[in-house]
Amino acid sequence: MAFSTETKTTLHCFHCGDNCVPTNIVVAEKHFCCDGCKMVYEILNQTGMCDYYDLNQSPGATQKFKVRADKFSFLEDTAIEQSIISFKDEHQIHVTFYLPQIHCSSCLWLLENLHKLEPAIVLSRVNFERKEATIIFNYQRCNLRKVAELLTRIGYEPYISFSDMGKKRPGMDSGKIYRLGVAGFCFANIMLLSFPEYLGIDQKEENLFTFFRYLNVLLSLPVFFYSAGEFYNSAWQGIKQKFLNIDAPIVLAIWVTFSRSLYEIFTSSGSGYLDSMSGIVFFMLVGRVLQDRTQKKLSFERDYTSYFPVAVTKVSGPDAITVALQDIQLGDTLKIYDQELIPADAILTSGTALIDYSFVTGESIPVAKEMGEIIYAGGKQLGGTIELLVIKEVAQGYLTSLWNKDAFKEDLTKDRSFVHALSYWFTWGVLLISFTTGLYWYFTNISVMWNAMTAVLIVACPCTLLLGNSFTNASILRIFSSHKFYLRNAAVIEKLAAADTLIFDKTGTLTTRAYQTVLYEGRPLTDAYKKKIGILASQSTHPLSNAITNWAGVLRGGPVFAFEQIPGSGIEGMVEDDLISMGSSLFVRGKQELSATGAMVYVAVEGVYMGFFRLQNHYRKSIPSMLKRLTNKFKLLVISGDNDSERSYLRQLLGPSTDLYFNQQPADKLTIIEALHKTGSKTVMLGDGLNDAGALKQSHVGIAITDDTNNFTPASDAILDASKLSRLEQFIQLAKANKVIVMTAFIISIVYNMIGLSFAVQGLLSPMIAAILMPISSISILLISFGFTNLTAKWLSL
Amino acid sequence: MSVIILLLIASISVASLFLAAFIWSVKSGQYDDEMSPPMRMLLDDTTTQKKH
Repeated sequence: MAFSTETKTTLHCFHCGDNCVPTNIVVAEKHFCCDGCKMVYEILNQTGMCDYYDLNQSPGATQKFKVRADKFSFLEDTAIEQSIISFKDEHQIHVTFYLPQIHCSSCLWLLENLHKLEPAIVLSRVNFERKEATIIFNYQRCNLRKVAELLTRIGYEPYISFSDMGKKRPGMDSGKIYRLGVAGFCFANIMLLSFPEYLGIDQKEENLFTFFRYLNVLLSLPVFFYSAGEFYNSAWQGIKQKFLNIDAPIVLAIWVTFSRSLYEIFTSSGSGYLDSMSGIVFFMLVGRVLQDRTQKKLSFERDYTSYFPVAVTKVSGPDAITVALQDIQLGDTLKIYDQELIPADAILTSGTALIDYSFVTGESIPVAKEMGEIIYAGGKQLGGTIELLVIKEVAQGYLTSLWNKDAFKEDLTKDRSFVHALSYWFTWGVLLISFTTGLYWYFTNISVMWNAMTAVLIVACPCTLLLGNSFTNASILRIFSSHKFYLRNAAVIEKLAAADTLIFDKTGTLTTRAYQTVLYEGRPLTDAYKKKIGILASQSTHPLSNAITNWAGVLRGGPVFAFEQIPGSGIEGMVEDDLISMGSSLFVRGKQELSATGAMVYVAVEGVYMGFFRLQNHYRKSIPSMLKRLTNKFKLLVISGDNDSERSYLRQLLGPSTDLYFNQQPADKLTIIEALHKTGSKTVMLGDGLNDAGALKQSHVGIAITDDTNNFTPASDAILDASKLSRLEQFIQLAKANKVIVMTAFIISIVYNMIGLSFAVQGLLSPMIAAILMPISSISILLISFGFTNLTAKWLSL
Repeated sequence: MSVIILLLIASISVASLFLAAFIWSVKSGQYDDEMSPPMRMLLDDTTTQKKH
């Protein structure tokens, strides 16, 4: 295990694996990057739980960010506790926490052995895919707060958000699975019992037929009344909205088949088509289940409530109490600590506020706020503790009101799949053939008429169309998700295929969130000065300072004397006898720089101006080349909440036809998209933060970009891993292929239908022919859908 | 021929058992989390203290 002692140059933290410098944070020859990591190790070491480190190398999460001591005090509030726990009796409480840090088997092992750390915990069980731990504990000896604090101590801080309150998590839709199981069981048994019908049996045993047939009727009842209910529901939903979807003709076919089979069996005139009926219901359910299989670990429904904390600290008189978010009232004074989100629009009453609005506006530089200024909800406080006077309730804040816009009430009638239109015309065609057949036989041989008419309806149901569609969708979704592109549901595929306008957010989408490109202009800096500047910058948590620290290559700060940080201006301090100041032009040089664009940091040593740093967002790898390719095929827009320092670069990259918008508020983004919709554009919005959330919902397809799919993403139609953003073009092309593949499958199924129909119109459709045609057509459709989708994906090198 | 009928009843009952087992497995949440059980079975429940 002593891997860290071999090399002196790169040491890795024993707990979290981060790079660390040789310091005195060493326990038993193990190096740690910070005291937090060391503490977790010590806790585990004391209780003999170091198996945690044997299972995986450096399994922990970094503990550099300290959690405030009484952060979880709100869990002692009975009302809040009630809304979080799932079960409570005289002894035990059951609670499920979301622990985003869960990532390996060590996590699983540690979290399921919590009882060794806290005897009051009876049982803990991890759901790895959902990153949740269900904990049962004895509440006479422990409480919810202590459990949350224990988890935090060992490096798994529970994420408890506003949206967890009083809401049951949606489980898997198991109804369809049950229906599928029942249909499979009945289908297989009916098939088995139908073999004598297909192959014939000895004359003397004819009476067995009757037994088999009645048994089949018995077995088909669950299929007809239970399994096929899936299609009844959806057809009925469509009819209620005066719309015939693809399920309506399928229900018709199922009913006709079932009644004709019953008629034949009870009049002993034939054996019916119960085998084909249950078979097709089974295959269609398989398609539906595959298509609806979604990623359990992802959520596409997050709104602002998932981002907001459950409770905040309220100042009343001399004490500070914890209140639930919905109990915040106008005029309350709130205390906001470092790294906390501001839950309601408020006025700053005390403390130094440095608000990171990147969440709300996309602006990448934190802004300093003066006493008396309004701070909008959604901003994150950096630095010290501040006090705020609430001027708007949580539900009426600027950010939250974006969610309550009427535009988001989804209209169910629009965006219907082309499959429904196809099935509509198909159904009328089949009905026409059926009636013509009936009419023909009416004049030639009336005894065959009903037989022939129903046979047409049985054979030519659009079930193969449905099969082809659901299996193609399922395999496209599977290919997408193997490239870390997750769609909310199959309907998004078609919307994506229709897209003609791509709208990009800049910060966090085209560029990474962190500043990575640092350019220095001015008097040359010696290496010694470079280091000193880095040491000074490492004292501040401001993102610009972090970037400069990285640029200077300083891993660990040294001593800085007389350090001073003036929010909104800059920092100053003595490093090895040199007074260094850096920050805005006004702060460093005493004059405003008017021509300044973008993020600039000016530096002076001993009052002598040296030069400035220009910081640029770093464009994600291969994004510029992708944008260049896309300009020919789509209308592109870039809408950014940030300043326009990148305008000339983007203009040169994207050419004159692209619209570039800068300094856009979240509501402005919405308006731009609304205007595009009026001109008939089909929009795809790509964004990452809460500031894009409105635009993501407004656009036809909203794609949330994330660096880590385990992170939180705003409500959207799809989630795409940032590293795969350059594949966007291929994704859209595959989505376009969807329609072609479904049509191909449909045309082939029509060929099968023709063969079946040629028997049916003559009144010759025997159960045997139906029983052969049904599985052959279903399975070949299945192979075509899967095969063609995979071939297309291969061709697109996906 | 009653033997065939008996056999049929037996085979359908066995199949029903499997159906019941399937429904039970879905209901008990076996398919909710397909990742933890394979990891869990490889973890030893050791109580011995290891020195690091």
